[in-house]
Amino acid sequence: MTAEEIRNLLVEQFGEDRITGANLEAIDPWVEVAPEAIVDVCRFLKSDERTQFDHLNNLCGVDYFEPDEKKQKKFGHEPHVEVVYHLQSYSLKHRITVKVVLPRWKDDKDGDLPEVPTVSGVWKIADWHEREAYDLVGINFVGHPNLVRILCAEDWVGHPLRKDYEFPLEYHGIRGK
Amino acid sequence: MSVTVEDPRIIEFDVRTDEMLVNMGPQHPSTHGVLRLLLRTDGEIIHEVTPHLGYLHRCAEKIGENLSPVQWIPYTDRMDYLAAMNMNLGMALAVEKLCGIEVPEKAMVLRVLISELNRIASHLVGMGAYGLDLGTFSPFLYAFREREIILDLFEEVCGARLTYSYLTVGGATHDLPNSIPIPPGLASLTGRPQDEQVSWMDAVKMFLNWLEPRIKEYHTLLTRNHIFIKRTAGLGIMDREMAIDYGCTGPVLRGSGVDWDLRRDGDPIYTRMYEGYTFEVPVAPFKDAPREAVLGDNWCRFYVRMMEVVQAISLVRQAIDKYPTAKGEYRVPFKMSTKLPKDEVYLETECPRGAMGFYFVGNDAAEPLRARAKSSCFCNLSPTAPLCEGFLLADIPAVVGSLDIVMGEIDR
Repeated sequence: MTAEEIRNLLVEQFGEDRITGANLEAIDPWVEVAPEAIVDVCRFLKSDERTQFDHLNNLCGVDYFEPDEKKQKKFGHEPHVEVVYHLQSYSLKHRITVKVVLPRWKDDKDGDLPEVPTVSGVWKIADWHEREAYDLVGINFVGHPNLVRILCAEDWVGHPLRKDYEFPLEYHGIRGK
Repeated sequence: MSVTVEDPRIIEFDVRTDEMLVNMGPQHPSTHGVLRLLLRTDGEIIHEVTPHLGYLHRCAEKIGENLSPVQWIPYTDRMDYLAAMNMNLGMALAVEKLCGIEVPEKAMVLRVLISELNRIASHLVGMGAYGLDLGTFSPFLYAFREREIILDLFEEVCGARLTYSYLTVGGATHDLPNSIPIPPGLASLTGRPQDEQVSWMDAVKMFLNWLEPRIKEYHTLLTRNHIFIKRTAGLGIMDREMAIDYGCTGPVLRGSGVDWDLRRDGDPIYTRMYEGYTFEVPVAPFKDAPREAVLGDNWCRFYVRMMEVVQAISLVRQAIDKYPTAKGEYRVPFKMSTKLPKDEVYLETECPRGAMGFYFVGNDAAEPLRARAKSSCFCNLSPTAPLCEGFLLADIPAVVGSLDIVMGEIDR
């Protein structure tokens, strides 16, 4: 199926209020899904015989933010965080990218991580990818069985791939500068 | 519940012991680097496995956001350091797809030649180290003897032996050399004088001619070895659905019977490099497998790698034949300050250990807004817990080794 057919199928199935956008002209065409619908959409994409997206290639978070005020004009994106899901089907050999757009902080309260339901129940590998996205980008995957840091140390502070992350000056007596 | 004599639990029937928490790693030799497995054991039986990663985390993705793609290439070397050429290639292709760069034919042939040669070197280490995990030392020495020659050849190409940064955006950093002093290892193995000057292509051909018959010896030494089969066949079984569900790729996926190779089924920008080449994709089950082997077990994963070496040898030979007549230059220029368009791209390539994916988000600047490296070993390692639970402690190196992980790539 082409990306356009997949988008139309999803809109037909879930309605315009849950399939909130798409860019079919991009190099890798993507479909934007409302956060609360992501699990249903993923489960549908995996199980429906027209799509059969049985493989989750990649799951990662992206922080759209420019901390430098002088550069903000040129930056061209509203500050937000995205979770990107790259899907692929082994039997039908097609691909699609699914995105979820989240606020940078939950309810605009600095430090409160934005929330999105976990898809670890759909693909097992999402478990580790989501832990990494939580660790590095700072996204709270609600319902995840074991949402703990995976690459950084357990007591690490902050989420390094956030654009406004401040490097620690000291960690257990080790100087950072 | 009836148990057979082969059932590992039977030895435990008379002895009841307390559960114990054991750390395997991060300095354990058979964990292939700094992997720590936290085991909950009852005597010899594993009840629970918790992998702990991150000991080699070097913030590669954060660094990538602050550098232009060409500057980031040396960091991709240090991900899978056993197949650095393939890492370079995957990253370069992703940037080329984002910027819409067409690579000349000569660069494509060169890339196939170099990356397949690196695949041989990588699988040789995989084979040798796996033997070492299971307690046999000699295959490791043979594997490193052969790999040494490939490293010598790469040294003549780009000056480095491990972290090459050779394949870059637009092609390669420079052309293949003409005349080189024969690698000392190759000279002594083939009985030629040590001070001989040979052409680089001839040296590769000599090496392949020498290597090909040796593969049969490795099979005698390892693959068909009775002890090796006992340690690997029928253990760590991962069926097709489980392999797909856990996102496994590469030899691990093909060992579970999924016929998928990105060189044939991947993105057009990658598959067109392999147009005009003939190669097979080895997929389990194998007709010549020993009686004990089951689809998706350790032995199948190992055998897929061995068969891939044979295919890689054939691909390198075909590339050598194509190289003199290939059109164009070995590269198209790509400026370090080239602005990445406001778009995003995700591209996977078939590295020796699986599908390595690079994801770039461009934003009209030389530095990407997001540079992500999706590691194949990261996904291949994720089913460790279900694969090891219920087996004996001594089987853990056999299972983890068969997944053939490189921690540099997992932790990034």
